[in-house]
Amino acid sequence: MREVAIAGVGMTKFGISEKSNLEMFAEAGLEAIEGSGVEPKDIQALFFGNCLGPFEEGQAHMAPFAASELGLPMSAPATRFEAACATSTVAFRHAAYLVGAGVYDIVLVGGTERAAAMGTSLATRTFAMGSQSKYESPAGLTFPGVFAMAAHMYAKKYTIPLDELKRCMAEVAVKNHYNGSLNPKAHFQKEITVDTVLNSMMVADPLQLFDCCPFSDGASAVVVAEANKVRGLVAHPIYVAGMGQASAGALYLQKDLTRVRARETSIKHAYEEAGVGPEDIDVCELHDCFTIAEILAIESFGFYDFGKGYDAALIGETGFKGKKVINPSGGLKAKGHPIGATGTAQITEIVQQLRGECGERQVEGAKIGLVDTLGGDFGTLCNIILRSS
Amino acid sequence: MSYTLTFSQYHEGLKKGKFLGLKCDDCGAYTFPPLGVCSNCGSSSMQVTEIEGRGTIRTFTVIRVAPEGMTPPYAIVIVELEQGPWVMGNIVGLNPDQLSLDLIGRKVIMGSQPVKGDMFTREDIRILTFHVA
Repeated sequence: MREVAIAGVGMTKFGISEKSNLEMFAEAGLEAIEGSGVEPKDIQALFFGNCLGPFEEGQAHMAPFAASELGLPMSAPATRFEAACATSTVAFRHAAYLVGAGVYDIVLVGGTERAAAMGTSLATRTFAMGSQSKYESPAGLTFPGVFAMAAHMYAKKYTIPLDELKRCMAEVAVKNHYNGSLNPKAHFQKEITVDTVLNSMMVADPLQLFDCCPFSDGASAVVVAEANKVRGLVAHPIYVAGMGQASAGALYLQKDLTRVRARETSIKHAYEEAGVGPEDIDVCELHDCFTIAEILAIESFGFYDFGKGYDAALIGETGFKGKKVINPSGGLKAKGHPIGATGTAQITEIVQQLRGECGERQVEGAKIGLVDTLGGDFGTLCNIILRSS
Repeated sequence: MSYTLTFSQYHEGLKKGKFLGLKCDDCGAYTFPPLGVCSNCGSSSMQVTEIEGRGTIRTFTVIRVAPEGMTPPYAIVIVELEQGPWVMGNIVGLNPDQLSLDLIGRKVIMGSQPVKGDMFTREDIRILTFHVA
């Protein structure tokens, strides 16, 4: 396997956009291509992420249109990936392995989504299509509902009073909103308090509105290439150290929802491939679609023992002054969650952190970063470990 | 190889008050609702059997912001059946506004109820329900 690196990254501001999926993707894609010192004609394949285009804009089969927007050559296959919220992380993993295998030398990976454009009711319905349509969705299951059931199980299993767990979950939202306030591309750039969370409307017991990430519009893209090529193009190549991806079935088959087994499988592979462990990770962008989700993730990674990670944000261990900075971008919670664009936006943040380009939200001296994206009701997990040298 | 127990056959069972599942010829485990292979050992050698409807609530939530076409609030539970499978459905017979963590661990009896289809599902689908034993 050849060494693989990222040459350039790009993303739109996340939030509410008047632009179409293709227009947003063109902005992110061109930013990534220009930042890589290459031209569109140099791109040999497009790995394109989008989940719900047919419902957002009546647009299916978006990948070839995206290639056309960017002026990619006809010889570059443009292929759509769909893995719910993990869409563009999964696209990245496949792109990186194909570059590593020598099939391509330089490719573009990214995603785009107009989740906010659907409105809450249709967005909630179409997001729920990521659950099993015969045996789960008819119960009226929603994604907040999935993580709400995990939160209740967590409180019961570890005998933590629910109001104490909820205060600790709220601290995750407070931290990620603070981080988002430092990120000009975040959907929300305002700080909140624990009371903001605990006084917000209930969405799915025990999750309140400010435990939940927003529906967002946005796009992101990265240029992935063989490492020698990248060293000739840009001053700070960021290397792909290790990757993992794992799959699980319907939520009820997973039984203990406090343990995201597909994530444990995925991260084990990524750690082994990278030759690192949890202690080596300097900065992490993880899938905080809900506050409880960040708690489950930091336990899966081995940053904390199971049942011991719930108060990490409360005691400041995952903030900028803590021992392991989690979601410096603001995470899905504050940066926003345009689902098909989320993965490569997480990769974009880690690349910029490892290059030392993040200004006020820079994690000093970060050399190894972890990306974590979860799709569906714990059905797809994908992890990418990046390093700066 | 033909699919041993389709959703359509399972669903016809629910309409008649029967819970059709699968019993594995190799390990004896029950798979319910159906899958292509045994949920315990992966064997494709399974027989259709009736599942008993008793279990224990393992977690729950109350949905207050619902997908298009659903009317909140309503409660969703995950239940461990006495025969082994874990299943999802709606709790019935309790006020969703009066549920607490004490619900976890309660014994329940399984039933089913029809849910109105929408433009995506195209047909009404019965979902499992649970009432406290």
